[in-house]
Amino acid sequence: MNQNITLTVNGREKTLNIDVRSSLLEVLRDQLGLTSIKQGCGVGECGACTVIIDDDIIDSCIYLAVWADGKSVRTLEGESKNAVLSTVQKGYVDEGAVQCGFCTPGLIMTTTSFVEKNRGKEISHEEIRKAHAGNTCRCTGYQTILTVAGKCLEPGKEPDE
Amino acid sequence: MFPLQRYEKADSVQDAIRLLSDNPEAKVISGGTDVLIRLRDGKKAYNQLVDIHDLDELKICDITADGTIRIGAGISFSEVIASDIIEKHLPHLHKAAETVGGPQIRNIATIGGNICNGVTSADSASPLLASNARLIIQGPAGKREVALSEFYLGPGKVALDQNEILIAFTISKQDYSGYSGDYFKYAMREAMDIATIGCAAACLIDGNQLVDLRLAFGVAAPTPIRCKQAEEAACGEIINEALLTKIGDALAEDVNPRTSWRASREFRLHIIRELAERVIKNAIENAGGTLT
Repeated sequence: MNQNITLTVNGREKTLNIDVRSSLLEVLRDQLGLTSIKQGCGVGECGACTVIIDDDIIDSCIYLAVWADGKSVRTLEGESKNAVLSTVQKGYVDEGAVQCGFCTPGLIMTTTSFVEKNRGKEISHEEIRKAHAGNTCRCTGYQTILTVAGKCLEPGKEPDE
Repeated sequence: MFPLQRYEKADSVQDAIRLLSDNPEAKVISGGTDVLIRLRDGKKAYNQLVDIHDLDELKICDITADGTIRIGAGISFSEVIASDIIEKHLPHLHKAAETVGGPQIRNIATIGGNICNGVTSADSASPLLASNARLIIQGPAGKREVALSEFYLGPGKVALDQNEILIAFTISKQDYSGYSGDYFKYAMREAMDIATIGCAAACLIDGNQLVDLRLAFGVAAPTPIRCKQAEEAACGEIINEALLTKIGDALAEDVNPRTSWRASREFRLHIIRELAERVIKNAIENAGGTLT
């Protein structure tokens, strides 16, 4: 049950021969070695498998890999450029918004998409919470994560590129 | 790897109908947030799929020349939320879409799937019912239309043949023009949860008179329901606190919630009454009315 798909992964076009039964998570991890993406719950509850597809976050564990054909996928691996962390990644480091790290790659993609969509807008604390509701973190208590998202939206924080 | 036996991608609605007709065992997948989870769970009923994900034909969201709002079945909840048409004319549907799952789920789950899976807790069902939504369904013999109120046959059962596709929802101008609306989802958590009770109301007011009330619930019965007794008690009445009590009393005839691990029947009855009063009050106030 194989099929070819062509997609852009972290800025590079790839043509892959995939099994149509695969989730996007499986293709990204097993065929491309992008192991930042974690399978946590496997049912779209925890967000550890979050990636950005054409600007929107999705749970890659319940997303058929064939759906990514012709689309652009971003994972944590593509966020730092020339060994320089993205603004959001640096924010997570500075605030200590990481403990065990299992949820971090997914959360950083969620924060990144949120910050990119809301730069320059007045955003409430409630909106930040709501935007991160699809990612579970069992260590940090979320406060530091929400602080990062707020700080990344402050005036003067330049986009990464 | 999902335990799929057979997978076919449809390149149009017509193609999907043909593929479904050719294989009576096949089921439709769109956003996948229910189907892929059931499949991973080992449910054999879902191991042969016809994929209608991302079909352009199902992505319309517009107002036709006669004022009818059309909402494509393949629109994601994030697209429902982003639609100016829905935010302006169907505020209760806009609000309901905001309460679905979390951001990742809203980006992929479709409004059509939410209705076609037939569950009583579907957040989009009660607002669509409150606005007399109709369904446009396409099958081998062509298109047909059915009212959403006639679409639900029982828990998980809808009036959709195996080889039919839900194309869009339509709401006629007379069913939204002048109406204000509100929705409230009562759940254990504020996100990533299934409704314990969902309540939608659409109100048409004239000064201090409640000209028309449409009240709908999810999880208050085996399927999403409209509340005919409560609506009859309300229509044409003067807006005041006593009217809210009267509507609450009449509601008892309309609803039939169950006891489940989420909540008991008694608790749900309490929440139903409380939500009806709050949601109707909000809808009236959104229309510029005040309770005296």
